[in-house]
Amino acid sequence: MTSGKAQGAKTKKSAARSDAAAFINARLIDPESGRDEAGGLVVEDGLIADIGNHLRRNAPQGATVVDCGGHVLAPGLIDMIVFAGEPGYEHRETLATASRAAAAGGVTTIICTPQTQPVIDDVALVDFIERLARDTAVVHVHPMAAITKGLAGEEMTEIGLLKGAGAVGFSDGKRSISNAQVMRRALSYAKDFGALTVHHTEDPLLVNGGVMNEGEVSSRLGLPGVPSAAETIMLERDIRLVELTGGRYHAAQISCRASLDVIRQAKARGLPVTCGVSINHLTLNENDVGSYRTFFKVRPPLRREEDRLAMVEGLVAGDIDVIVSAHDPKDADVKRRPFAEASDGAIGLETLLPAALRLYHNKEIDLPDLLSAMTHRPARLLGLPGGRLSIGAPADLIVLDLTTPWVVDPEKLHSKSKNTPFDESRLEGHILRTLVAGETVYTYAEA
Amino acid sequence: MSIAAAPSEFQFSHRHLLGIESLTPAEITGLLDLANDAAEFNDQATRKRDVLRGLTQINLFFEASTRTQSSFELAGKRLGADVMNMSVQSSSIKKGETLIDTAMTLNAMRPDILVVRHHAAGAVELLAQKVDCSVINAGDGGHEHPTQALLDALTIRRNKKRIAGLIVAISGDIMHSRVARSNIILLNALGAQVRIVAPSTLMPPFAERLGAEVFHSMAEGLKDADVIMMLRLQRERMSGSYVPSEREYFHFFGLDQDKLEFAKPDALIMHPGPMNRGVEIDSAVADLERSVISEQVEMGVAVRMAVLEALARRIIRP
Repeated sequence: MTSGKAQGAKTKKSAARSDAAAFINARLIDPESGRDEAGGLVVEDGLIADIGNHLRRNAPQGATVVDCGGHVLAPGLIDMIVFAGEPGYEHRETLATASRAAAAGGVTTIICTPQTQPVIDDVALVDFIERLARDTAVVHVHPMAAITKGLAGEEMTEIGLLKGAGAVGFSDGKRSISNAQVMRRALSYAKDFGALTVHHTEDPLLVNGGVMNEGEVSSRLGLPGVPSAAETIMLERDIRLVELTGGRYHAAQISCRASLDVIRQAKARGLPVTCGVSINHLTLNENDVGSYRTFFKVRPPLRREEDRLAMVEGLVAGDIDVIVSAHDPKDADVKRRPFAEASDGAIGLETLLPAALRLYHNKEIDLPDLLSAMTHRPARLLGLPGGRLSIGAPADLIVLDLTTPWVVDPEKLHSKSKNTPFDESRLEGHILRTLVAGETVYTYAEA
Repeated sequence: MSIAAAPSEFQFSHRHLLGIESLTPAEITGLLDLANDAAEFNDQATRKRDVLRGLTQINLFFEASTRTQSSFELAGKRLGADVMNMSVQSSSIKKGETLIDTAMTLNAMRPDILVVRHHAAGAVELLAQKVDCSVINAGDGGHEHPTQALLDALTIRRNKKRIAGLIVAISGDIMHSRVARSNIILLNALGAQVRIVAPSTLMPPFAERLGAEVFHSMAEGLKDADVIMMLRLQRERMSGSYVPSEREYFHFFGLDQDKLEFAKPDALIMHPGPMNRGVEIDSAVADLERSVISEQVEMGVAVRMAVLEALARRIIRP
């Protein structure tokens, strides 16, 4: 089994940085340009200084040489939805532990959600996250700020000032804004600042205490269900509001075929609409809930197999833009309960890529297309410089062993909470090395 | 656009002044010329004329107002009218009377001029249809405030010697502002280039169709402006409903020294009042030499005298 050794915070290492490092004998995959070739890459001053086939065997003079052993060298992943615990829920996760889990999973940039205590709805909180990340995190961390004050769904936050302070997007976390007027004004106001509004779409009145997908399985288990229409109705409303306002809109996580259809139509009409899907909804379905397994209780709930297939189809077609881990650490106290009373959420930073590789190994999607949804596409949505292998881009990189199988042991994962739905799962492929701004922040070590 | 007749000869062809919309450029210019005469008259030691002697003017304000109501009152008195003020606090509207019943009741008292402010757009026009006297719109909801636009134009003309060709940037709560609507119409009629600057949440839908260029940033909207008109933003609209906070609004849209730099160095600073210092306008900027906010109030009386006189001429010599 893997046992990763995460290294110290990058700020503490920068003094000892060598001038140049060459990564040779790699399979270079840049999803943005479509590059997939044998070659190498040179890192200097935290940036990609050179790349190409000419570096396959030869490193520049004086550079530290790393032989990638023919493994994949790709941009580090960008995860748009990560609950990182701080401030307020340090018993579940901290930026330090989340960032080590991220590094071990090949995620070099995490976007943390504002559903914290206090809520990230003020410039001071954005500042706090950035400072804390600088001091304790080994990967890049950017906050997503709240759309409404206190996530109450009533009054919009200081979107302009928050964006200026470094918020890369706006979201009310796992809360839906049910007041259409509030959503309209937020989209309209955000548009003036070019800000991205990320919305979790679940009509609260249709959710109405539901704890899993509404369907045959929920009926058999005797659990209250959430119809997929709860998601689609809210999404359709939002699309109308985007049409009215012109604001940039991203559906945080879609989970069913009807929602995919809505997104496709919106895109066909040229609206500034994008969407994401969680790794859980790409690889799991409602049947996994089995005998009330609370680690499979997530929001939106896991849907039918047919919906999962639609998610894969949407991803392959490019209608689904982004894959997220929806990392949501929960401690045993809130998970070891009867299903209906257990908290929802699953960790996912460290298993995001290996789980996604299932789709590749099943020949459901090409590797560059799969990586696109976790690299340059989220980068473009969020206005971040990473997610690509090109000269001048930040040297946020992963070296990836595509095929070696391993079994997930929750105790060996770096996250503070262990609520993984991939508990004991057999996955193929893992990260060998992760670099953030040219610094190695994780190297794989055989246990 | 210029009129042949001297101000003293100017004949106004309307029975009411309900909005700028219904005026021709020549009529606007005629009213401004007449108002300019009134302004000069107001500079004299004795400021009493008798052109409205024997006429009854009722100021009917359904919405609280200090400056507009007193301005109309003073204008009427300087011209010799008998002026009566009726405000909503003392009216039977509070007792449930409809607008039209109030109009009929007042009509029965045979006033000559009704000056009306109402919180509902179109209410003044509705009232005008029911009475036999002249009606002046002193502001109807978010629709028009014609005397404000006239006094703004007069202030600009006296300072800039012209209106045609000027770049006038109006910034603030455009969506709810009757002042902005009347000004956009009037300034367009006289050949100015009008811009409106506000966050999208405070812009009326299809704002670009109103005759103004639409901007969402002060840097672009104020660029090379000759005139900057700041509008008041009600505090209740700044707590997250339309705008997140006063702090954010002032940061992006408040007129301070830095944003003033985008405009021409001699750009006029205007505000219809009442001002929220530190919200839409920096206190020091409001008090600059080129701020003509007090002059606007002064021109307000002159413009209202001109409008009253123009309507009275028609009453006396129909």
